[in-house]
Amino acid sequence: MISADLNIILPEILLSVFAMVALLGAVYTEKDKLAPTLVWITAAVMAAMALWIGTSGSGTNEAFGGMFIDDGFARFAKVTILISAAAVLVMSQEYMQRRGILRFEYPMLIALAAVGMMMMVSAGDLMALYMGLELQSLSLYVVASLRRDSVKSTEAGLKYFVLGALSSGLLLYGASLTYGYAGTTLFSGIVQTATEGHLSLGMLFGLVFLASGLAFKVSAVPFHMWTPDVYEGAPTPITAFFATAPKMAAMALFARLMHDAFGQAVGDWSQVIALLSLLSMFLGAVAAIGQTNIKRLMAYSSIAHMGYALMGLAAGSALGVQALLIYMAIYVTMNVGTFAFILSMERDGAPVTDISGLHMLSKREPAKALAMLVLLFSLAGVPPLVGFFGKLYVLRAAYEAGLAWLAVAGVVASVIGAFYYLRIVFYMYFGEERDDAVEMRSSPVLYGLLMASAIIMVAGVVNLFGIEGAAAAAAATLVN
Amino acid sequence: MESIILFAPLVGALIAGFGWRLTGIRGAQWITTGLLFLACAFSWIVFFTHGPETQHIQILRWIESGTLSTDWSIRLDRLTSIMLVVVTSVSSLVHLYSFGYMAHDDNFREGEESYKPRFFAYLSFFTFAMLMLVTADNLVQMFFGWEGVGVASYLLIGFYYRKPSANAAAIKAFVVNRVGDFGFALGIFGLFFLTDSIKFDDVFAAAPALAETQLTFLWTDWNAANLLAFLLFVGAMGKSAQFILHTWLPDAMEGPTPVSALIHAATMVTAGVFLVCRMSPLMEYAPQATAFITFLGASTAFFAATVGLVQNDIKRVIAYSTCSQLGYMFVAAGVGVYSVAMFHLFTHAFFKAMLFLGAGSVIHGMHHEQDMRNYGGLRKKLPYTFWAMMIGTLAITGVGIPLTTFGFAGFLSKDAVIESAFAGTNGGFAFWALVVAALFTSFYSWRLMFLTFYGKPRGNKHTHEHAHESPNVMLIPLGVLALGAIFSGMLWYNSFFGKEDTVRAWFGMEAVAHQDKGHGDDHAKADDHGDDHAKADDHGDAHTNEEHHGEGDSHAAEHSDPAHAAVAAAHHGEAPAGAIFMHPDNHVLHDAHYVPKWVKISPFVAMVLGFVVAYWFYIVNPKLPARLAENQRPLYLFLLNKWYVDEIYDFLFVQPSKALGRFLWKRGDGDVIDGSINGVAMGIIPFFTRLAGRFQSGYIFSYAFAMVIGIAVLITWMSITGGAQ
Repeated sequence: MISADLNIILPEILLSVFAMVALLGAVYTEKDKLAPTLVWITAAVMAAMALWIGTSGSGTNEAFGGMFIDDGFARFAKVTILISAAAVLVMSQEYMQRRGILRFEYPMLIALAAVGMMMMVSAGDLMALYMGLELQSLSLYVVASLRRDSVKSTEAGLKYFVLGALSSGLLLYGASLTYGYAGTTLFSGIVQTATEGHLSLGMLFGLVFLASGLAFKVSAVPFHMWTPDVYEGAPTPITAFFATAPKMAAMALFARLMHDAFGQAVGDWSQVIALLSLLSMFLGAVAAIGQTNIKRLMAYSSIAHMGYALMGLAAGSALGVQALLIYMAIYVTMNVGTFAFILSMERDGAPVTDISGLHMLSKREPAKALAMLVLLFSLAGVPPLVGFFGKLYVLRAAYEAGLAWLAVAGVVASVIGAFYYLRIVFYMYFGEERDDAVEMRSSPVLYGLLMASAIIMVAGVVNLFGIEGAAAAAAATLVN
Repeated sequence: MESIILFAPLVGALIAGFGWRLTGIRGAQWITTGLLFLACAFSWIVFFTHGPETQHIQILRWIESGTLSTDWSIRLDRLTSIMLVVVTSVSSLVHLYSFGYMAHDDNFREGEESYKPRFFAYLSFFTFAMLMLVTADNLVQMFFGWEGVGVASYLLIGFYYRKPSANAAAIKAFVVNRVGDFGFALGIFGLFFLTDSIKFDDVFAAAPALAETQLTFLWTDWNAANLLAFLLFVGAMGKSAQFILHTWLPDAMEGPTPVSALIHAATMVTAGVFLVCRMSPLMEYAPQATAFITFLGASTAFFAATVGLVQNDIKRVIAYSTCSQLGYMFVAAGVGVYSVAMFHLFTHAFFKAMLFLGAGSVIHGMHHEQDMRNYGGLRKKLPYTFWAMMIGTLAITGVGIPLTTFGFAGFLSKDAVIESAFAGTNGGFAFWALVVAALFTSFYSWRLMFLTFYGKPRGNKHTHEHAHESPNVMLIPLGVLALGAIFSGMLWYNSFFGKEDTVRAWFGMEAVAHQDKGHGDDHAKADDHGDDHAKADDHGDAHTNEEHHGEGDSHAAEHSDPAHAAVAAAHHGEAPAGAIFMHPDNHVLHDAHYVPKWVKISPFVAMVLGFVVAYWFYIVNPKLPARLAENQRPLYLFLLNKWYVDEIYDFLFVQPSKALGRFLWKRGDGDVIDGSINGVAMGIIPFFTRLAGRFQSGYIFSYAFAMVIGIAVLITWMSITGGAQ
């Protein structure tokens, strides 16, 4: 019995063991000198694990009495999480090393955060949910303030921690309310308490608190306020990490909780999600216009993108979950490329984040400017790039679920949002010559990831590399 | 061979249009002209060798979409071969003529701008489109040609693109035609809707069924055959410049004169007549629509003739004359004698093209002076042109020996139209309108001759001194057309307007058994009566709308009456044989031969009268017209201003459209759309951006506050709206 359970969570166990062994090993040997090697090893391990999970698993397996679920949905999310985490790790190695902030704990924390995220997407029980969430969050709090000598970095870590604690409190309150009214913490038990498609008032309160806690993690409005400050303050590789894997994990957990635990009362939570989605899309689009710091700008961009992903969840259908998964996979891919670009921006050896430095970049770096142009157009959702299809999917899901108003609002918000993406393109191609221009210093890894991401955005229009089918299969295991 | 006829002009147009830099200007002209003469020669071969049977020559498979399945193919029958001859003959002669006419043009910078290849390319392209139209085997293919000639017409009217008046005329022609084309398109849609096919054969086969079908359109139910025939005729009205939609034709004279001869006299404007004749199987079942065609044709003939009386521009006189003659053709088609409509189309093409080319020769010789008041006494200066114009005038006024079939082309065909009109309407409005129009025609044609070639030279002395005869390339086409203007009527009289048997045989129609009964004038009525009876039988078969949506085939089985079996098989099962179709009850052609003598003489009398008055006005007493115009000033102005139709349209349509456009542009687009978008983009959004920035204070407590407010709002909202209360 226990061996079967352990077999199911073998990837998580292996990754934790790896992280702890590597940590101990490094502590007692070379410490920070080992860090570059550890980064690559960790990335390799995570990539291998992604390959393993992606190819091996089949069907739905439950461990520990349903507290841990390994199904197609979880596997899709895990593969995305692991690959993006690995990509961000290799992206950050050179950047952090040059600035002397590459500590050997860093890859270990990322690995532990990944374990937490894997736990989150497989959670079948409120306690498992919280355990994964906190493992992830604690790791992230630490990495956010990795640069201990920087005021901004420590401020970011602290803000994140305090607000994260508040959101955890909300989430726990919601969990206890739910437990109190449902009498169980298992999703499969909670889901049976709905009567005729509606929840009791107590359950409703629990639902809202749970949703609020998760909304914080996906930085949906109005629980988004930490995002710009943390994105700006944290070292750029950490920001890149924040913008990718944890978003995927939190979004997947959100979908899992809503469908597995409250799947019988779609009407009740759909409107909450729709409201969060609407606010996120508009605030993300509107507030980003005023930003001149590209990291803050990407923070608002991610808020807006979470709004679109939530639109898929708000649809409350299998198509909606499929759209959400496709959207998140595309979003993560785009962000990896965009942050590869941002990580390359520097002047006199110091990182630059002001977009005014990008004026007339096309003259100096035509290839990178072109790649960034593709990524920005894709982020803005301009056809025929892949980013457009992500939006198309969520809009369709929302429309077919009777949320036409939300779809229309999403289109309007994307028009507003296009402005700040295209402004960067404008600077790069039609701007003026200025003397504060950035230098692009890309390591081969950054260059490769930037180009790969841009090429995927173009080439993916053919069939989206087949993720439609994978996402549809994954969504089918969650919604039935 | 048919394919060569069809595509030779296209090849020529492409070579001249895109490849003239390789071939040279001269080469482009020769290639297009040579290919046209080739097409012309082949057309005559087809005309003489192809029998009355209908042949379908598939070129390619074209549309496969749902139940719509159609080929691109040539429908070769008598109607097509007549049109092939008309189109290619006139077109090739006009190509040749254009060598001389377009040799020098002040509208373009000589030596710098090569306008000639463009002109020849357009001419050839037009010819191709026109051939597409006449060889069409289905309605969409016809529509393609229909629009193609519209485009070519637009391009050629606006050929002098530096002249604002030419551009305006081109746009006017296009827009007015669009009104007609809308009707045509609706007609095609309707036919497809009801018969599920756009092939002529299928549509024709379904025509009897359509006559018993009701179709809801706009606000009420209509008889399908009548409605569809009417809609198709609206298209024909536009293309053939019939009253109401005629206004573009006189303005189209802004184009070079060869264009006027080819497009706006001989070929394109007759496309409407061709359409009505081609759709004769449908028209025969649409009595109200054909009555309207007759009425409108007669009105146009009369209206245009009155306007032609007082015009001073030589080309405008001929343009109104064209408009009027097209009215004649429609009358013939409207009363059900399609062969006579085609006859007049055929002869008219020769003499009207010649008149235009002759006028072009005069204009050319007079250094692009077009006002007849500045002509006079040109007989000596332009002898060949004079004789050509004389033949044309004799033809159009209808000179011949009454009660025989000996005369100029116009004499035979026009008298045939007038006799048919009498027989078809029992001496009604159409007949009298045409006779009066014949009088006017004679008057204005002779007026044109007298003003131009007789009397004393008027106007600029210098111009008159330098007036010169045109070169041979322009005179040869005139000579060839003169042959047509003299002989085409006599040669083909029997084929178009002979005994009913002959005509039916020539067009490949089935012979009708009881046509020999009608020696008297009123036999038709008795037959009508008998057939009403037959129709009553048909009605007994419980035709419902739904049945007609499918195919006409099912109806064949429903007719059990043996007496009508043959008719039923012919009409309900398959398309009637022949290029045109005349219902067995249609005896107008037969009756037209037995109209009273005075009717037969009446057009001749009208012609003589018109000549005498013109002679008196412009030779004997040249002061008289001015005095008359002075005395009858309102009437004169009414006619000079073309019944004020343009002004009325300007007031009713043009100005309101412009006002609406201006309103939508300034207010709608400028203020509302631009204003609101600019307002949102530059006012509201930045405001919210600043607001969002203000909230992002950097203080943890305000962030936490936002979260708490958010959750409070969500909880409140949920407890009010959601859950199982």
